[in-house]
Amino acid sequence: MTDAVLSPIAEPTPIALGEWLPWAVFGGLLALLALYFVGSEQGATSLIKGMYVHEFVHDGRHLLGFPCH
Amino acid sequence: MVGKLLLRGMIAGVVAGVLTFGFAKVAGEPQVDQAIAFEAQMEHAHAHDHGDAAADEPELVSRETQAGAGLFTGVVTYSAAFGGLFALVFAFVYGRSSKLQARPLAALLALGAFVALAVVPSLKYPANPPSVGNPDTIGFRTAMFFIMIAISLVTMVLSLKVRKALVAQWGQWNASIAAGLLFMVIIGVVQALLPTINEVPAAFPAVLLWKFRVAALGMQAILWTTLGLLFGYLADHKLREQHSLAVAH
Repeated sequence: MTDAVLSPIAEPTPIALGEWLPWAVFGGLLALLALYFVGSEQGATSLIKGMYVHEFVHDGRHLLGFPCH
Repeated sequence: MVGKLLLRGMIAGVVAGVLTFGFAKVAGEPQVDQAIAFEAQMEHAHAHDHGDAAADEPELVSRETQAGAGLFTGVVTYSAAFGGLFALVFAFVYGRSSKLQARPLAALLALGAFVALAVVPSLKYPANPPSVGNPDTIGFRTAMFFIMIAISLVTMVLSLKVRKALVAQWGQWNASIAAGLLFMVIIGVVQALLPTINEVPAAFPAVLLWKFRVAALGMQAILWTTLGLLFGYLADHKLREQHSLAVAH
């Protein structure tokens, strides 16, 4: 049993592109949107009025390396 | 299977984000506070020179929130997002571009991401503490930062493809050296050509700037190490489960 768990899978088989693509579009868009709000909203560009988002994630933005202000 | 891997990538991202937040709190926040103190000092001196009252802007978000809930939200969201993207890249590459097992593949992908997304861009456009940077150039600086990241990623993928093409003829070792050399030469030329941005005030303490940038790079190292190792572990389990199901049937 232990051997069966630890032994490598004989040959990694690729995941079909047809299964991958919808997830990639969905997950990719979600991730980019999240990164946009952490990194650039109310900095270089602004979708929501004011500076609240910018000020709230201010320290994270600086420490994660985004140009902040 | 992709959805399950995506979920695991985001879970690994959240865990990596919590650890990165802990490090940022201890190693990064003191520098942010000192930089803000420096900024206030400069503004105060400036206001004196011109004889007008120091304009104290009302705080929209308190420093405590910025350094606590704000930092936590920012770092964990960033990590979870990269965890998701990482899982998607892994799901594409696994068994297709690479025949490596899940754990070594995840570890190497994370190392590649750390170099391409964190180390290379920060060599040209490093993280800056508050009070460094002219607000008028934010658009230009943001564009340059993302262009640098894009070039770095494309160069990384290109170098790995070249390595793969050379392996049959040159063997693993020499093909890897050649690909590494190609990556460094392209990045070197690109970084020499891209415009230099230096908006550090003349009086800004050099040691503070150094400490801030080391903390920023340390955060990226913790994030990608955790993400690579933890996702590798979780993905390996899931793929094995799937594999033994397929074999049993």
